[in-house]
Amino acid sequence: MKIRKIALILSLSALPIVAVAQPQPLPASKVAPAGQAPADDGGLTGSVTDESEWQDLGIAIPAFPTDTAVATPAEGGNTEALGRNLARVVFNDLKNNGLFKPVGPDALPGIGYPQVTAPSFDVWRARSAEMLVQGFVKAAPDGKLTVGCYLYDVALGSELIRQGYVVQPAEWRRAAHKCADMVYARLSGESPFFDSKIAYIAETGPKDHRRKQLAIMDSDGANHRFITNGQATALTPRYSPDYSKIVYLSYLNGYPRIYVYDIGSGQQRLVTEGKGPTFAPRWSPDGKSILYSMALNGNTDIYRVSAQGGASTRLTNTPGINVGGSYSPDGSKIVFESDRSGSQQVYVMDADGSNQRRISFFGGRAATPEWSPRGDQIAFTHIGGNFRIAVMDPNGGSLRFLTDSWQDEAPTWSPNGRIVQFFRTEKNSGKTGIWQVDLTGRNERKLNTPVDASDPAWGPVLP
Amino acid sequence: MPKLTTTKLPALVLLTASLSLAACASKAPKELPPQPTATSTTTLPPEQPQGPVPGSQADFLASVLADTIHFDTDRYNIDTESQGVLQSQAQWLAKYPGKMVTLEGHCDERGTRDYNIALGERRANAAKNYLVSLGVDASRISVVSYGKERPIALGSDEASWAKNRRAVTITVQ
Repeated sequence: MKIRKIALILSLSALPIVAVAQPQPLPASKVAPAGQAPADDGGLTGSVTDESEWQDLGIAIPAFPTDTAVATPAEGGNTEALGRNLARVVFNDLKNNGLFKPVGPDALPGIGYPQVTAPSFDVWRARSAEMLVQGFVKAAPDGKLTVGCYLYDVALGSELIRQGYVVQPAEWRRAAHKCADMVYARLSGESPFFDSKIAYIAETGPKDHRRKQLAIMDSDGANHRFITNGQATALTPRYSPDYSKIVYLSYLNGYPRIYVYDIGSGQQRLVTEGKGPTFAPRWSPDGKSILYSMALNGNTDIYRVSAQGGASTRLTNTPGINVGGSYSPDGSKIVFESDRSGSQQVYVMDADGSNQRRISFFGGRAATPEWSPRGDQIAFTHIGGNFRIAVMDPNGGSLRFLTDSWQDEAPTWSPNGRIVQFFRTEKNSGKTGIWQVDLTGRNERKLNTPVDASDPAWGPVLP
Repeated sequence: MPKLTTTKLPALVLLTASLSLAACASKAPKELPPQPTATSTTTLPPEQPQGPVPGSQADFLASVLADTIHFDTDRYNIDTESQGVLQSQAQWLAKYPGKMVTLEGHCDERGTRDYNIALGERRANAAKNYLVSLGVDASRISVVSYGKERPIALGSDEASWAKNRRAVTITVQ
């Protein structure tokens, strides 16, 4: 993990004018002269079908020009092609989440490098653009990339915000996600979330012989990677808050146990040497401890153990199945699931296990509660005939359904608490996929994954 | 056929062992157990058609009423039918005291994943506890829950779910 390698340039006052000297000539790309607009074959009309609920902003995102097109290992092969790819990533981030109506670089004329800081507002007004995202990319002699990102209000003809990022070529997408995050946060007033990752279970094979592998990807599905090979069934992963580890369940050695997998070293270890099966692992917000459930003699309770190992503390002690658990953002409380009343319902307790009380009192069963990173909502699986994703407040009030399908389960929150991911199972075929929906319930979409997918776990925004 | 009661089984085992084999034959298992006439252990030719090896998984399957018991939705109690099945398994285990078994607990797909792992464990444990009540030493029985991960019936309908809510006894060789 090279989280620290991305550095935010806080005051990017103007575009650097001096081109970086480059040892290599360009392999392929022909550099378009600055300011020369390509054929106009697009515009801000149409092309987006999302039903926008509270924003209807037309955002133009032309390709990010470069001062000098030079070779780079990042996607595209040279900085000019990379600039188009950067704008595409920003466009897709903003497009896929229902709040904006962006138009991307493939439907817009290019801009010249000097225009990045001096937009042709009249041109964009004529295209009915309300907002304009421009950026640039350039490569330093050591290969590092500098990406600038600017947001302009076209009607006002003024700049709203700018940021710059220095990244290794392999992490070029992070610069684009940071840019999209800047635009999203500035225009929506919400916290950012694009520059984040998802751990999940990749599924292949027939329903009675399902192969389940631990896998990770960026929030937009890029940089996909299988972690386990599928020989042992893997389930229910959770990213540690710093993304260095994943805790998950594996049937390695035949019995379900939770393991902590270290992404850097590729090593994993048992979290606890329990007498019974351990499952449903969860991190505390500070990453220092892990909640898990253990079944003994048919009774399941929730335990806490240090992420370093050691003795476990039992938090529940009632007959029945007490399972799961999700910390409030401040770490003071835990929401969990218990069937002590006779059916699965949602309970809250203090982090030390005291003051356990049921909060779900509506019809049907309530399972897999997950506390929003904002603290104001709890997402869960409502079981009443079908399985639906729903949210309620931490006292069990204000129940709202977000989805309506045959079987949706296991919600996980976006880092800013505005979007819920979950997995949907198809009736009969058993095929699974990861979906997400915003809190309005209107903007629902399936994520692209290489194979079927379940058990998503969305991590925090990268630093 | 006399139905076994749940207590005092060890005393009955020797008496009922052959009865249970006969009971199995009447239930038409896939493979017939060896004929009980066999005092003829004198150097049989190797090509002699054989029944299951005594004490093997095949022998277990041929000897017991079933290797699987079923449960109602979200339940884990051992009903009367399941009691009969587990009694036949206890008899076999009494006959082969060196054999270990694993009890697998399973659920249908209409449950959340974590809960189903707990519920499958609960079902397998209920079956284990019943076997123990019949005199099987608890140390001979290990339990594993597969939750909803290993269905055998593939439909999304009540009939399929009923088949998948199960505990399966498997002998460990």
